[in-house]
Amino acid sequence: MLDNQTPLVEMRNISISFGGIHAVDNASVELYPGEVVALLGHNGAGKSTLIKILSGAYKRDGGDILINGEPAEIGNPRDAKKYGIETIYQTLAVADNVDAAANLYLGRELRTPWGTLDDVAMEAKAREVMGRLNPNFRRFKEPVKALSGGQRQSVAIARAILFNARILIMDEPTAALGPQETAQVGELIKQLKREGIGIFLISHDIHDVFDLADRVSVMKNGQVVGHARTEDVTKDEVLGMIILGKVPPKAIPGPGAMQMA
Amino acid sequence: MADTVNSVHLNVARGANEHPVRRFFRATEIDTRLLGMVGALMIIWISFQISTGGLFLTPRNLWNLTVQTSSVAVMATGMVLVIVTRNIDLSVGSVLGFCGMVMGVAQAQILPQYLGLGHPAIWAITLLIGLVTGAAIGALHGVIIAFLGVPSFIVTLGGLLVWRGATWFVTSGQTVAPMDTTFRLMGGGTEGSIGATASWLVALIACLAIVWALLHARRQRKRFGFPRRPIWAEYVLGGVGCALVLGFVAVANAYYWPANIARKYADANGIAWPDGGLLISHGIAVPVLVAIAVGIVMTFISTRLRFGRYVFAIGGNPEAAELAGIKTRWVTVRIFTLMGALCAIAAAISTARLNAATNAQGELDELYTIAAAVIGGTSLAGGTGTIAGAMLGAFVMQSLQSGMVLLGIDSPLQRIVVGMVLVIAVWLDTVYRARAK
Ligand SMILES: Nc1ncnc2c1ncn2[C@@H]1O[C@H](COP(=O)(O)OP(=O)(O)O)[C@@H](O)[C@H]1O
Ligand SMILES: [Mg+2]
Repeated sequence: MLDNQTPLVEMRNISISFGGIHAVDNASVELYPGEVVALLGHNGAGKSTLIKILSGAYKRDGGDILINGEPAEIGNPRDAKKYGIETIYQTLAVADNVDAAANLYLGRELRTPWGTLDDVAMEAKAREVMGRLNPNFRRFKEPVKALSGGQRQSVAIARAILFNARILIMDEPTAALGPQETAQVGELIKQLKREGIGIFLISHDIHDVFDLADRVSVMKNGQVVGHARTEDVTKDEVLGMIILGKVPPKAIPGPGAMQMA
Repeated sequence: MADTVNSVHLNVARGANEHPVRRFFRATEIDTRLLGMVGALMIIWISFQISTGGLFLTPRNLWNLTVQTSSVAVMATGMVLVIVTRNIDLSVGSVLGFCGMVMGVAQAQILPQYLGLGHPAIWAITLLIGLVTGAAIGALHGVIIAFLGVPSFIVTLGGLLVWRGATWFVTSGQTVAPMDTTFRLMGGGTEGSIGATASWLVALIACLAIVWALLHARRQRKRFGFPRRPIWAEYVLGGVGCALVLGFVAVANAYYWPANIARKYADANGIAWPDGGLLISHGIAVPVLVAIAVGIVMTFISTRLRFGRYVFAIGGNPEAAELAGIKTRWVTVRIFTLMGALCAIAAAISTARLNAATNAQGELDELYTIAAAVIGGTSLAGGTGTIAGAMLGAFVMQSLQSGMVLLGIDSPLQRIVVGMVLVIAVWLDTVYRARAK
């Protein structure tokens, strides 16, 4: 169904190393509009590093990024945002000592005609967005440092969806959350998907994401083991990809696939 | 709907059980930390008042205190931003010295050659030269820190030596004096004060501004339907704010010109000398006005402008700020540029007050400036600090020193006390923060 469409994002043969470590090695992934791609793999497989290249946090050593089929220049987080790429980082990159509204608009503040910060307008919008996302959220005036893990997470998510993202990267978004909040994030992902946003959903636990994803891409030791449509594979087969690098018949093998003897 | 009703009930319940004192602070949103500092200041004042036998809390001494604080207070406002971003500036005293010397030479030796001695534009051109010099030095520090990756501690430690040495080279070590007469107004003194009427006018404007700010904030919050402070809390805030302003001006106006100067003035203006002596109020000193203006501008920058928001965001989490798309390096350069310019303003105040530019001007000021910021609640871990707190911190330090001078305590012992107070203040702050968590 997707074959005749241009991918929203295409990352081709991406490589990066830190010192001697090939954190990402010749990895290729793609993402179509309205699609959720789960990026799976053990801790240290290179998932976060790969998507940080897409979000402009790291500069790649090699490879190409195409957005809507056009080569994209992404050298820093600002560039990525210009392409409509928004990211929720695993480390929850929020500014701890300013409040929720300031975090939502960090780097893109609303200003009055005099050039000063329009804090009330930002707070109003923050209350609106947070109200949809997490109706119990009340602590608008406190630095986010004072918030719980789940509340901080909703701030990070609100910031990502506030600016009409076309491409959303969520790096282990439910790691710090309880079951109820996890379910909420699941609902949100489905809603965003319906709006045509492409989502990279990263996890080291397939149970978290299997039901949400249209496709899975599995990484191991910096390389892509393979890609598969979720409907074509079982959880056990995907686990085999994650643990052993063993590619099931209906999946497309990548450079990191276990070599069959 | 049920949800809102519930939460309203909860709030009401909490309000009823809450201790009245705690409810007062929550409603007025007064920073308890700042209040603690005011408390400490009061304790210091009263102790000195008692131990000096009533010499401390006089209009004259309080007025002098404000003047003596201005130079360090000006620099402390910039030091807040520096420390908030987890940097430090050890060079401010030397940069003050260098800018002071440059301004001294400009107004006493260079400009009079072209404009004639005492030309009314000399002070302004001099100040401009100083500001540009200070800002350029700060920008240089900032670029080395942000783009070459040398830690600010090292860059400004180098700066401390470099600019002190450079100060010597401007005049081969010679003191420059006297300063331009208009320029000297920035140093305070009998001439450099604005008098009773103008002081009351300043007080009136300040009170109106306080009331307007409270009204405006309330109106804005009402417009967007946000929770508002109880109305009594607004009255308390407005009342306390205006009382402080009026009290300050009343004290400044209660300090009269010394008799001999007043007599000279009376003679020169043909005023008959009354029996009780001629009582002419000093009013607010010009350097104090400058410091207050700097404080207001810096507060505005740090709370109302995007730049200020970035400073605090970077201080809280540099990586998150970078990932949010903030150009963190440029923010660093701008902070140090601002710091340099503030050193120049402080240099203007201090050279004007001394009526000379010397080699040793501003020595140890870096330590007093850092101490003021830290005592005023700026956390060395980054991310927190207020301009008002730092200025109050400078005032606390100056109060300690002046009090000890009045008591006739030797300067080595003064240093020991100031050093210990710094450590104790930071320790108390650590305890406070740990409890607040
Ligand atoms: N900034 C960095 N400096 C050095 N090594 C890094 C850096 N970022 C990631 N790595 C290394 O790259 C590898 C992949 O890490 P990461 O992408 O975080 O894995 P994942 O997100 O899949 O758990 C790890 O070996 C990690 O140590
Ligand atoms: Mg990761």
